[in-house]
Amino acid sequence: MKSVMCRLAFAAIIALTAQAASAQTLKTVKERGTLICGVSQGLPGFSNPDDKGNWTGLDVDLCRAIAAAIFNDAKKVKFTPLSAKDRFTALQSGEIDVLSRNSTWTSSRDSSLGLNFAAVSYYDGQGFMVRKSLKLNSALELTGASVCTQTGTTTELNLADFFRAHKMKYEVIAFATADETVKAYDGGRCDVFTSDVSQLYAEKLKLTNANDHAILPEVISKEPLGPVVRHGDDQWFDIVKWTHYAMINAEELGVSTKTLDEALKSAKPDVKRLVGTEGNYGEQLGLTKDWVVRIIKQVGNYGETFDRNVGPGSRLGIARGLNNLWNNGGIQYAPPIR
Amino acid sequence: MTQHAAFVRAAMAKPEPPPVASRGVIGWARGNLFNNWLNAALTLLSLFLIWTVVTPLVRFLLVDAVWQGAGRADCLPEKAGDAIGACWPFIGAKFAQLIYGFYPWHLHWRVDLTFALGAMLLVPLMIPRAPFKTLNTILLFGLFPVLAFFLLVGGNFGLEHVETRSWGGLLVTLVVAVTGIVASLPLGILLALGRRSHMPVVRALCVAFIEFWRGVPLITVLFFATYMLPLFLPNSWTIDALLRVLVGVALFSAAYMAEVVRGGLQAIPRGQFEAASALGLGYWKTMGFVVLPQALRLVIPGIVNNFIGLFKDTTLVLIVSIFDLLGQLRAAFADPNWATPSMLFTGFAFAGIVYFLFCFSMSRYSLFIERHLGGGRR
Amino acid sequence: MTVEPLGRATRSRYAAVYDPKLRSIFYQSILLAILAWLAFEFALNAKANLQAQNIATGFGFFDNTAGFGVNQSLIAYQESDSYGRVFLVGLLNTLLVSALGIALATVIGFLVGIGRLSGNWLIARLAGGYVELIRNLPLLFQILFWYLAVLGALPPPRAAMSVFDEIFLSNRGIVVPRPLFAEGAGVVLAVLAAGIAATIALCFWARRRQEKTGRQFPVGRTAAGLILGLPLIALAATGFPIGFESPQLRGFNFVGGITMIPEFVALLIALSTYTAAFIAEIVRAGILAVPRGQSEAAYSLGLKPGRSMRLVVIPQAMRVIIPPLTSQFLNLTKNSSLAVGIGYPDLFAVFAGTTLNQTGQAIEILAITMAVYLFISLVTSLLMNWYNARLQLAER
Repeated sequence: MKSVMCRLAFAAIIALTAQAASAQTLKTVKERGTLICGVSQGLPGFSNPDDKGNWTGLDVDLCRAIAAAIFNDAKKVKFTPLSAKDRFTALQSGEIDVLSRNSTWTSSRDSSLGLNFAAVSYYDGQGFMVRKSLKLNSALELTGASVCTQTGTTTELNLADFFRAHKMKYEVIAFATADETVKAYDGGRCDVFTSDVSQLYAEKLKLTNANDHAILPEVISKEPLGPVVRHGDDQWFDIVKWTHYAMINAEELGVSTKTLDEALKSAKPDVKRLVGTEGNYGEQLGLTKDWVVRIIKQVGNYGETFDRNVGPGSRLGIARGLNNLWNNGGIQYAPPIR
Repeated sequence: MTQHAAFVRAAMAKPEPPPVASRGVIGWARGNLFNNWLNAALTLLSLFLIWTVVTPLVRFLLVDAVWQGAGRADCLPEKAGDAIGACWPFIGAKFAQLIYGFYPWHLHWRVDLTFALGAMLLVPLMIPRAPFKTLNTILLFGLFPVLAFFLLVGGNFGLEHVETRSWGGLLVTLVVAVTGIVASLPLGILLALGRRSHMPVVRALCVAFIEFWRGVPLITVLFFATYMLPLFLPNSWTIDALLRVLVGVALFSAAYMAEVVRGGLQAIPRGQFEAASALGLGYWKTMGFVVLPQALRLVIPGIVNNFIGLFKDTTLVLIVSIFDLLGQLRAAFADPNWATPSMLFTGFAFAGIVYFLFCFSMSRYSLFIERHLGGGRR
Repeated sequence: MTVEPLGRATRSRYAAVYDPKLRSIFYQSILLAILAWLAFEFALNAKANLQAQNIATGFGFFDNTAGFGVNQSLIAYQESDSYGRVFLVGLLNTLLVSALGIALATVIGFLVGIGRLSGNWLIARLAGGYVELIRNLPLLFQILFWYLAVLGALPPPRAAMSVFDEIFLSNRGIVVPRPLFAEGAGVVLAVLAAGIAATIALCFWARRRQEKTGRQFPVGRTAAGLILGLPLIALAATGFPIGFESPQLRGFNFVGGITMIPEFVALLIALSTYTAAFIAEIVRAGILAVPRGQSEAAYSLGLKPGRSMRLVVIPQAMRVIIPPLTSQFLNLTKNSSLAVGIGYPDLFAVFAGTTLNQTGQAIEILAITMAVYLFISLVTSLLMNWYNARLQLAER
């Protein structure tokens, strides 16, 4: 009755509104023929549109991998750029199928927002960027500095905690958007710009003279970033989670875009299980046997996407660090496919 | 006794021209600019002020400006010469963004068509002598919004759907302003009538509504629309962000419009109501055929002024992350490919000229119509 | 009990539909019912949505720790203070910028408004140009212009522009020396206060005497002596207990002195110049509303233009000026909320912005914010109405 009333009242608006999705996300996605993926409004390395509207980035590649696993076509994704404020609402309301937008996994988001974080696609932490001309080596030398930050984020709170814990004085200048914050830092309104380290690297590209700035070694918080799905659809949750794990497992087993053909002929049991020449693990997920092959062929394994988007092979040039595989000194670790 | 005068003038002497010091340019200047020492000092001060403002402005905008270039390097002092002027290629490169936002390139014609249609319907309406006023009004306020909606949003009649998220720039500025005015006029009239109603409940509600919206800043209204409205609506309803803002703007400007219309209603003599009642007209007929046509004509300048205010207020939507002209300009400032010392001034100069042209022409039109109507009444 | 003719009774039963009173009651109850239903629906939806999103309700959050920093505060504030404190900090910042803005806008507005009517052609045009330019550009545009293009272009602290090495101008704002009050400063301040009080009393007395006897009293010179001279003597007598702490560049920023952050300066300049353009128009209209004969009469009495303006024209113009001036003051106060666009920590930015984001309690916070602005509006209009009423009484 409620919705009937509304529909009558807002007849013209219907074209603009999205209906809440049912729990059967996979079915909806298949019927629709495209995956709708929530991304950022432009963050180089993670989700960033070029001049023609083509999206690239680590978060974007995860969405493409999901599309590849479902449709065998990594292009069947529609990207919806979302602001930090809108992102969870858009997911809750069913406007998007999966949110892959450098979102930090926290207990409250997991529990109270009705969401599930499927995996950690990038281990991040908050850091500081300063001008090289200041000749600073540590964040502990920042006493009395002016710090630019984005308002309404955990960054703002971590910053206050850090300076309070070390009994250092500081001046905070909080802006509503990331762009304003970077612009203010670039213009010299503040000495320090603080954000997640990955974001610092990305925003650094937007500075007038990127080489005049350095990122301090201190990381003052844990920011595990990952894809988010709605609560209550376990099948969909599994698909998103295992898409990420499949890409990790592939890297661990040495299966990449280049070695895929050899892997298909491989006699190693764990590789055979991965590429679906043995067992029906893909079908158990509601996908096909060759789901991993589709992902690797069209998107690549985790190492490849990392290198291409944020790693040494990209303009950001972030070292693997924590995001290395567990057997390479990092903490990216995937449960086995069997 | 009779003394013969040596000379008797037979004709009037030709009047001498006033002294040089009190005529012509010099006389005008003495009378208007240098009539006492204080005024002389003020004049010199103003001349100095004008000189210090206008010269650098002209130099910046025209003389030293860079007109062609492909990127940051062309506008840097090293390349463009020591004096830094406006970097117009920056505006050139960002022009599409400033006008259309991220509206898909191949669909820009739809926006252009909408603008053209609007202008075609608006211009004859504004010329007092042009014919078909009633038909024109109906087309502009009835058909045009519907047409514009389908053209811009798409999704029907084979038109590709364009999400409002990708709208931006002048397009959003105009959409917010025009929707605000079109929606607020009828609402404002209803509120104004309600405020003068004889029913105490209706009157109290209208007064409360008007005074509430007029007492709070527009930005709180936009926040209300963005963050609070979704909480009050059923969960399954996710209303488009732009639409939410439009609702807020319409309610806000309706309250101001109501006060303008009330001014017009109060100016209508009591005799008009009594005459209408004597003819047996009911409330709505009295209002619709007798009172409102007169009242609204009286307050057209007020309505236009309201529109100017609303047009300027559209910039506030950038605070709830909808990118109007000013918002797009701000986003353009973040592009490192164009970061030069003159970028900010260039951007503000461009946007300033656009805003000024719109607002100034509207205020001139308001003066014109005031004079035109005033002449008719005398 | 009167007996009614049967026919009339039946007619009135039908006529009940046409009875304006009954109809109006019927319409109003329908309107109330619709409103009540809407309010009920809204409340139900809000309750369900809040539960679904797990957002707390009530005003308990006022006592919670805020945890974030604010870069301008008139009262002591640190991160461990509560959201309630943040609210106060923001409110005071809003009041500060509004009060200063109103004062500045009034001064500029009167000057420009009188300038537009000046006999000096150039001054009149210049004032006209100012009004047209400022009125036709959006306020937020002007705020951003001042903040980004003008104040942002200032040099960094290390290359700050300075006035006598006491006042510094940099992209971190304007730093001025801070007065330091040593022992005995209280006496000086008390003398200053006494001087001001005496001057006010003197003004009243002088006016009354002039009204009675027509003799004038040199108020200006005496006031200068009372307000400047007396405290100076007191200063000398107590051995100059008031010193100044000069700002010094140490580390990243200036230490010591009072810093006016660029956000504040930009907002203040933009608000006051913008509102001044509207006030100028109001002043001009007010002065034009005073009949020409008034100033002609003043001239013929031998008053000079300045005095006739001050003593004859302006007092009468004020009656026309005050009501629209009130609404301009209110507009300025409401417009100060645009501070959020450049990060000045006013009520809106720190409370409806940051606090709302951190707590998610949109309904309570926006309701409080709106109530505060409504309250400020109400108080300002009451004050100005009172002032207006006093002016109107002067008209005999």
